[in-house]
Amino acid sequence: MQLPRLVRTSTFRLSLIYLSVFGVSVLLLLGFIYWSTTQLAILQTEETIEAEITGLEEQFRRRGMLGLTEVVRERSANQRQSLYLLTNSERFVIAGNLNAWPEVETEVGGWFDFPYQRPIGGEVETHVAHARHIVVPGQFQLLVGRDVHEQREVTKFIKTSLLWALALTLALGLAGGVVMSRNLLRRVESVNRISRAVMEGNLDRRVPMTGSNDEMDRLAQNLNAMLDQIQRLITSMREVTDNVAHDLRSPLNRLRSRLEVTLMGRPTDAELREAIEQTIGEADELLATFNALLNIAKAEAGTLEVASAPIDVAHMVADIAELYEPAASEKSIMLEVAVSDGLNVDGDRQLLSQALANLVDNAIKYAPSNGVVMLRGARDDGQVELSVTDSGPGIPEMDRKRVVERFVRLEASRNSPGSGLGLSLVSAVAHLHKGELRLEDARPGLRAVLRLPVAAD
Amino acid sequence: MSMRVLVIEDDREAAAYMCRGLSESGYVADQASDGEEGYAMASNGGYDVLVVDRMLPKMDGLSVVERLRGEGEKTPILFLSALGDVDDRVKGLKAGGDDYLVKPYAFAELLARLEALVRRQAPDQVEVNLKVGDLEMDVLARRVTRAGNDILLQPREFRLLEYLMRHAGQTVTRTMLLENVWDYHFDPQTNVIDVHISRLRAKIDKGFEPPLLHTVRGAGYCLRAAP
Repeated sequence: MQLPRLVRTSTFRLSLIYLSVFGVSVLLLLGFIYWSTTQLAILQTEETIEAEITGLEEQFRRRGMLGLTEVVRERSANQRQSLYLLTNSERFVIAGNLNAWPEVETEVGGWFDFPYQRPIGGEVETHVAHARHIVVPGQFQLLVGRDVHEQREVTKFIKTSLLWALALTLALGLAGGVVMSRNLLRRVESVNRISRAVMEGNLDRRVPMTGSNDEMDRLAQNLNAMLDQIQRLITSMREVTDNVAHDLRSPLNRLRSRLEVTLMGRPTDAELREAIEQTIGEADELLATFNALLNIAKAEAGTLEVASAPIDVAHMVADIAELYEPAASEKSIMLEVAVSDGLNVDGDRQLLSQALANLVDNAIKYAPSNGVVMLRGARDDGQVELSVTDSGPGIPEMDRKRVVERFVRLEASRNSPGSGLGLSLVSAVAHLHKGELRLEDARPGLRAVLRLPVAAD
Repeated sequence: MSMRVLVIEDDREAAAYMCRGLSESGYVADQASDGEEGYAMASNGGYDVLVVDRMLPKMDGLSVVERLRGEGEKTPILFLSALGDVDDRVKGLKAGGDDYLVKPYAFAELLARLEALVRRQAPDQVEVNLKVGDLEMDVLARRVTRAGNDILLQPREFRLLEYLMRHAGQTVTRTMLLENVWDYHFDPQTNVIDVHISRLRAKIDKGFEPPLLHTVRGAGYCLRAAP
């Protein structure tokens, strides 16, 4: 048999388990209250009876059997709740307010309960009494007791109340469990609904949050962050596909046309060779562009497994400067390096070196002869700030954001070599390392700043 | 005697081109198109160098190389792969590969690397006194002379020259230099290596005859005594 969904939720099961533990505790507590109440009542009754017995014994000691009989008779007439019966050894009634010795087993000196007929007004009711059986010297039997009818009624009432209280507790607990389960179930169901919608392709959907910042809200928050990331990845993939399609198609077409046109004529061997060599050169460029695109896509998607290790920034910068120094001095450009010691970042040395190389490469490309390219590294506000500054024409403010995008090359630089992917890669590598690339005005020239988090310890 | 090379590559057309290029460059090239066939052929021995693609049907390239190395096979192995991450490179080298080339590659690059592998010296026979023509290098004393004249080199220039001298007579590509002398596995956009080479050339060739450091068009550089 299929249980209703509500009953199968884990919250409901949890509340049920909690409820049974709680119910048993309440039962024990109420049971104890009931037990101590009845015990107290019995104790009080017995103390009263004991006091009476003490009084009667006193009378007997002072005035003998006659005195005792007199007192019993006197008290029987006055007392309403107390019961007395004095008989001889044959249980023949001498005095008291009971008609006969009760027909229950009694033990000398022991306590016992017995029913008796009590006249109330014109009627006779059966009441319960609690009594003690005493033997007076001379084999006289004495019964001293009290009517406990009212007391028993009270304890019965307490018992009923306590049972009701228990039932109410359980009912409320169960209702609470149902409400809680339904509440949670509703929120889980909203997560499920969103997940299904996302799987069906509605990537914009997000799990609603109640703003209570509880576990469900945090779950929703994390799920939403995950969805954001997935959406970003998909968008990025789509962009790459678009760009590849757009930017590789035209060079491929050019390459194809050249081969076709060369074949159409009657090419000499030398012409053929030249065409093929040009084609190879173009193919190489295409491959380089293709590789760069893939690297950027991988870095942007954050799927490039960062071979993360602490990197000494000064060392890394010095190595790149050393690599580019001859190229710079060939253009009579001064390559200045100033990096603080003891700067470390966590990351992939190859990728960061490549990012830095791209920046230095750009700087040397755009700096004028006899210009200066400065490489600086310093700690700034808990970050490592690596900057490459050139004394070239710089980038107008409005273009600075654009040049980081793929394939964007400003008109001014159209004739110089380059794929237009350099800064995109730098930016992607920076993001992969939880940092960023900023382009600033160095007046004159461009300052490219790579901000990276300082290595953990 | 010509060198024998085994190409284990599942793209038959690409392998056929490669083998044709290798034959024209003086190699005897055989071709295997899946991991098991390649492993069987390589186990039979007789090859001077293996070219192994990472992704192969039946048995992947890494497993082929691991099994061969496990059996004590010492033939130099060059991995070919479409995966270019540093991690993949490290995995390839750990499995027992000696070099790693990422597709797509220039044929000249492949040739240069194969040549370097075939002529590689065993690690215990590494020379510390190198000599190419009248250019001499004492690796331990970090001293370089040409025709008896001391030549002062920067540390990086020294390492560059050492690499060229250890591969004297072979074509060495820019990528090989970048990887082995600088330990960079990416392509700097400008030809920074060319400038380093011309600096080195100015120090070792200027004022001496004949020139030793030659440019190999479309491929790289070659340090050799004969013109």
